[in-house]
Amino acid sequence: MAAGAASGGSATTDTYASARNLLLLPSWVILGIFVLAPVIMMLIYSFLTKEFRGGVIWQFSLAAYDQFFFDRGLFGDEPAKIEWTYINIFWRSTWQAGAATILSLLIGFPTAYFIATREESVRPIWVFLITIPYWVNLLIRTVSMKFLLRDEGPLNDFLMSTGLIDSPIHIINTNFAVQLGLFYSYLPFMVLPIYAAVERYNFSMSEAAADLYASKWVTLRRIVLPAIKPGVIAGCILVFVPSLGSFLAPDLLGGAKNFMIGSLIEEQFKGNAGNWPFGAAASMVLLSMVLIILMIFARQQSKADKAEG
Amino acid sequence: MKNLLKTSAAALALTVAANAAAAEGKLVVYHWFEYMPAELLEKFTAETGIEVTMDTYDSNEAMLASLKAGALGTYDVAVPGDYMVSIMAGEGMLDTIGDGELANKGNIAPEWADPAFDPGRASSIPYQWGSTSFAVNTAAYSGEINDTSILFDPPAELSGKINMLDSQGEVMALASLHLGIPQCSTDRDLLKGLNAMLQDAKGHWASFNSDTAKEVMVSGDVDVGMIYDGFAAKARAEKETLKYAFPAQGYVVWMDNVVLLKDAPNRENAIKFMDFLLEPENIAAVSNYARYAPGVTGAADHLDPELATLPEANPTPGSGAGVFIEVCDEQTQAVYDQIWTNVKK
Amino acid sequence: MAAVNDNIKSYTGFKAITILCLVVLYAPLVIVTIYSFNASKSITNWEGLSLYWYYDIFAGPESAKWKEAAWNSFTIAIVAATMATSIATLAATAMVRGGKFKLRTASFGLISLPLMVPEIVLAVATLIFFNSIGFTRGYFSILVAHTAFCIPFAYLPIQARMQGIEDSFEQAAMDLYANKRQAFTKILLPLMMPGIISGFLLAFIVSLDDFIITNFVKGAGVETLPTAIFGSVKQGLKPNIMAISTLLLGVSVVMVTISYFVSKKDNTQ
Repeated sequence: MAAGAASGGSATTDTYASARNLLLLPSWVILGIFVLAPVIMMLIYSFLTKEFRGGVIWQFSLAAYDQFFFDRGLFGDEPAKIEWTYINIFWRSTWQAGAATILSLLIGFPTAYFIATREESVRPIWVFLITIPYWVNLLIRTVSMKFLLRDEGPLNDFLMSTGLIDSPIHIINTNFAVQLGLFYSYLPFMVLPIYAAVERYNFSMSEAAADLYASKWVTLRRIVLPAIKPGVIAGCILVFVPSLGSFLAPDLLGGAKNFMIGSLIEEQFKGNAGNWPFGAAASMVLLSMVLIILMIFARQQSKADKAEG
Repeated sequence: MKNLLKTSAAALALTVAANAAAAEGKLVVYHWFEYMPAELLEKFTAETGIEVTMDTYDSNEAMLASLKAGALGTYDVAVPGDYMVSIMAGEGMLDTIGDGELANKGNIAPEWADPAFDPGRASSIPYQWGSTSFAVNTAAYSGEINDTSILFDPPAELSGKINMLDSQGEVMALASLHLGIPQCSTDRDLLKGLNAMLQDAKGHWASFNSDTAKEVMVSGDVDVGMIYDGFAAKARAEKETLKYAFPAQGYVVWMDNVVLLKDAPNRENAIKFMDFLLEPENIAAVSNYARYAPGVTGAADHLDPELATLPEANPTPGSGAGVFIEVCDEQTQAVYDQIWTNVKK
Repeated sequence: MAAVNDNIKSYTGFKAITILCLVVLYAPLVIVTIYSFNASKSITNWEGLSLYWYYDIFAGPESAKWKEAAWNSFTIAIVAATMATSIATLAATAMVRGGKFKLRTASFGLISLPLMVPEIVLAVATLIFFNSIGFTRGYFSILVAHTAFCIPFAYLPIQARMQGIEDSFEQAAMDLYANKRQAFTKILLPLMMPGIISGFLLAFIVSLDDFIITNFVKGAGVETLPTAIFGSVKQGLKPNIMAISTLLLGVSVVMVTISYFVSKKDNTQ
């Protein structure tokens, strides 16, 4: 037990085993009725026939999944080939969300760590400093970010006036702008869980490591990081998953030139296409993809737990 | 007295706003964002005592999706564009306005009294109409702008400086005009040509922004932008080198219409609202606010003088004809959807 | 723990990164704040200092709409975040302190489900579902929907925190004849507080920010701040919207300051 906790792995115990059904009941009920039931309905929709211009006809059909995975040409009558269009869209989104997550981790981890090592009385102030900007609506933040970054915007003006650059840096409508937007959208989701974990970390372990002549960076990697892993994982999930389906940052900062998963799905429900079963099917593919990623996380986690015994 | 009315109306709005159920003296409008001056709604309430609840949407298709998902029966009127009126009629979402129900029906301008998208104005009245083409920053390009090649096969200096509307219908319609082919073609070679042309054109485009179509032009992010005429007029007010084009190949014309929705909870009040909007003075107030044209006889007398002479509202000599977006059948539409996906994949 | 010397805790560069992080977070908002005092209607031109837009949101033609939207947004965010955090705390206790059980993975999947489904899908699905069970759209439907999708945002920080707490404290308490309830409320809950606060804050900002789902489930006439501003913001920032944002920032800063002094007072007593 002590070893498990000291290494910071999940200290799963059974203190409340007898009450666990009661403890889980509220989340089962609320999520079961208001999230799971609608999602199951979408799963059913993905196997129905599309009604022209939105809606479904209650008739079993695999057309939505067929459209996702097979390319039958512009007129739908050529022999089926693998359809790369949607796979590419998924790959692009995954890549963007991954890059945004890494960016958030690189900035968010030191920030969370720094905050958690302040005097106890000022820590809440730092935490609030991180969340205050999020009282302003995401759309407003993204639009003002766009205003700031544009070729003739304040950032470029400032950099040019200082003589650091000669011509404006072109950021708007690039992949980097999208990543920056995603990073900006979800940063507290990275910082807060890591903060909550580091705050709990027992620094005497770092001291012990230092006594054994471990360098500080080795200590960080070998001692601190494993100890706060649950917080880091939680942060990465909270940034990566919403980024995957988001379309505000890609549309506004990336110029909407290419579909991301989020905008592809949105288009099926409120765009010209109006193909609900296909939108539902794409969502189900996304859902299974995320589930698989989370399961891999969970499995590694429990493996690590076992190894630490 | 008017102030008292206003205050009590506001207080009433606060107390009952949470409950949108049908009641005496209420009207629930499903409308575009920022498309009706608040003062006009207040005037309607002051004249009729009917309290208006407004809900908004940002595209014809978003409204259709919401109504299809079950919101039909909670709204009295909506304001779909031309092609969406025929789609909604086909879906059975519209109620018929009986003969003589609308006292002001005669005010509808003759050219808008029997449009193809709603023969005989069975369920709708005109709201605003205008055109969609594109504007060019003449400081960046001094050549001929009244040509759809500016968008689809641009000169080198404009390549990469073009914003398109993120709207399948309008892009496809202009692209068809550019190639001189019908909008709902079933000819395979023409469709393949359209697909290929758009694939080439895409390389020249910087972004797809609809809501910020004006902003990206004013800020200088792009030098060419697909845009609506009223929006272009507002853009020119902020940056005078922007010029709206009337291409020789033609351009898109649209009309938004107030429709009576099926199962409207306050049908009588909806009719009153439509009558109110058919008063020349009232609909002119919308035009003065939105910078588009009314479709009501006599409204011209109440318009801002400058609206009549707006370059964006008056096609230049030699321009092609304005065309409405056509509604394709399911099979044809599937091909156009595929072409659009190819553009954005 | 207090004895650990600060040198071991601190890493070169972390402070600089924190400051960079704050600069990135606040820079766009500085723009918003400055331009909210602009006399001009356009964001591209500066035409002198003015409080006109503040007057406009409090006394202009749309003031009633703003007040109602702000009231709805805040009450929904506070209630939904509180409920989501409570539900998440109970669930985390069962998941981390409930031993191994069959439905553990399934429960985790269910709790993370709102994260995994794209918002637009959840929005359309919820709307269709609410309609099919005859649930009237309005304030209450927003509240329920927000509570549901805020749960994972509250849950993950709480779980991460709890996994770092050894159960020896609770065991010790129970050895001293505290019952489970007492061990939970007196020992575990206080230790979990930073996680719970983090979770609550995330749930709060997620609810305050939500547009897509709210827009679908709200019903006509009920507005929250995001739905009230969305249309006009998409076409570019308007000064009255920037004034509202600045006010929101102001309120949050005031609340943080008050809570700081309150907690300081608590500590000194």
